[in-house]
Amino acid sequence: MDNIITVTIIDREGVEHQLEAPTDMNMNVMELCKSYDLPVKGTCGGMAMCASCQVYIENDKVTLDRNDDEQLMLDEAWHVEDNSRLGCQIQLTNEIDGLIARLAPEVEDEDDW
Amino acid sequence: MIETDILIIGAGPVGLFTVFEAGLLKLRCHLIDSLPQVGGQCSEIYPKKPIYDIPAYPSILAGDLSDKLMEQIAPFKPGFTLGETAVEIEETDDNQFIVTTNLGTKHKAHNIAIAGGLGVFTPRKPPIPSLKFFEKKGVDYIIKDPEAYRDKKVVISGGGDSALDWAIFLADGVAKEVTLVHRSKSFRGHLDSVQRIMDMASDGKVKLMTDSEVIDVDGKEKLEHIIIKTKGEENTTVSIDSWLPLFGLTPKLGPIAKWGLEIEKNAIKVNTFDYSTNRDGIYAIGDVNTYPGKLKLILCGFHEATLMVQSAFKRVYPDKNNVLKYTTVNGVNGF
Repeated sequence: MDNIITVTIIDREGVEHQLEAPTDMNMNVMELCKSYDLPVKGTCGGMAMCASCQVYIENDKVTLDRNDDEQLMLDEAWHVEDNSRLGCQIQLTNEIDGLIARLAPEVEDEDDW
Repeated sequence: MIETDILIIGAGPVGLFTVFEAGLLKLRCHLIDSLPQVGGQCSEIYPKKPIYDIPAYPSILAGDLSDKLMEQIAPFKPGFTLGETAVEIEETDDNQFIVTTNLGTKHKAHNIAIAGGLGVFTPRKPPIPSLKFFEKKGVDYIIKDPEAYRDKKVVISGGGDSALDWAIFLADGVAKEVTLVHRSKSFRGHLDSVQRIMDMASDGKVKLMTDSEVIDVDGKEKLEHIIIKTKGEENTTVSIDSWLPLFGLTPKLGPIAKWGLEIEKNAIKVNTFDYSTNRDGIYAIGDVNTYPGKLKLILCGFHEATLMVQSAFKRVYPDKNNVLKYTTVNGVNGF
């Protein structure tokens, strides 16, 4: 189909989700996950300022080169690996068709109240 | 006790605009916010970022939006309780509410408008299992009194302004020894702060450990040492008095999650007629609420606030009839 690619997201329970992703809606991987109700918070809305959309890139469909904002955020995030990227900084384009990405653990600390 | 018509919890853009719409109906407002400044996410997370979907503003910086809202609501003289978190709510015999903050400040109001956005900004904590035990026993996420670190051996972690600023401050004649640990060689903070840290490091005033992170903490009654991992090197154990992990803030729903309100996906369910919750007199507007078709936009929050105050008016003045008035006709008549 035109303007539709497939992105596979592996959730935190190890379940694979094959998602049909539009490439003409100016969307990114974080937004794609949210649109399928996968457990990605995307707290900052996509400004590379929270790391709640961290994913591990599992194949070579996406570069591991991070942009500056993304790198600075990941420098202060947890569970960061060499193949970590922020989902919000990966645009859905035809080039990433077939991407496999795994959701990084969610950092949940207890409420103090 | 602070008394008001509408107690607004959250002083972000939607909470602020509520003051304006309430004021047009002669309702007074007071706002509580856990942050020390107004503006919510707009001033805490992205003050210098432009917003493009505020009607009639092709582009406006988030910080400027907060400033303009403050200007717009000034005639209605809102009250503020800033730097405090609304923790407890109780109902009174005269059908009002009393909300108490974490510092014990009490507020009495006919209506509660929760405009809490994504929640209370709380420190991001490193995922070290034993960390909790050492909180306030050598581990602090927020510095309340710098004197507490006088002549102490302090390690600060983080790469943003908070970490840099406190490292500079504490190293300048307060702490006995300051080490700044950061996982990278580049810092997120302001360029002049980064330069200052570099200068202090070469003068021996600050010990700088880049490509490093604190991976564990240890001690008996209180924090005694931390384990630092440095890329390509053996882990080192460092004896210290205090560790300050300063990794910024992240929002969490917080105490309102326990107010008996219907919650769905971390948001408060509301009736779109007036954005009322399942508890009479408590409303939820802006990013904190959810309903079919909800969009988390400042724009939509403004609309929600406008409808909400109509219903709040009825609770304050059950016998008064109210009619929509246009500001163009009547102007803005403040208090």
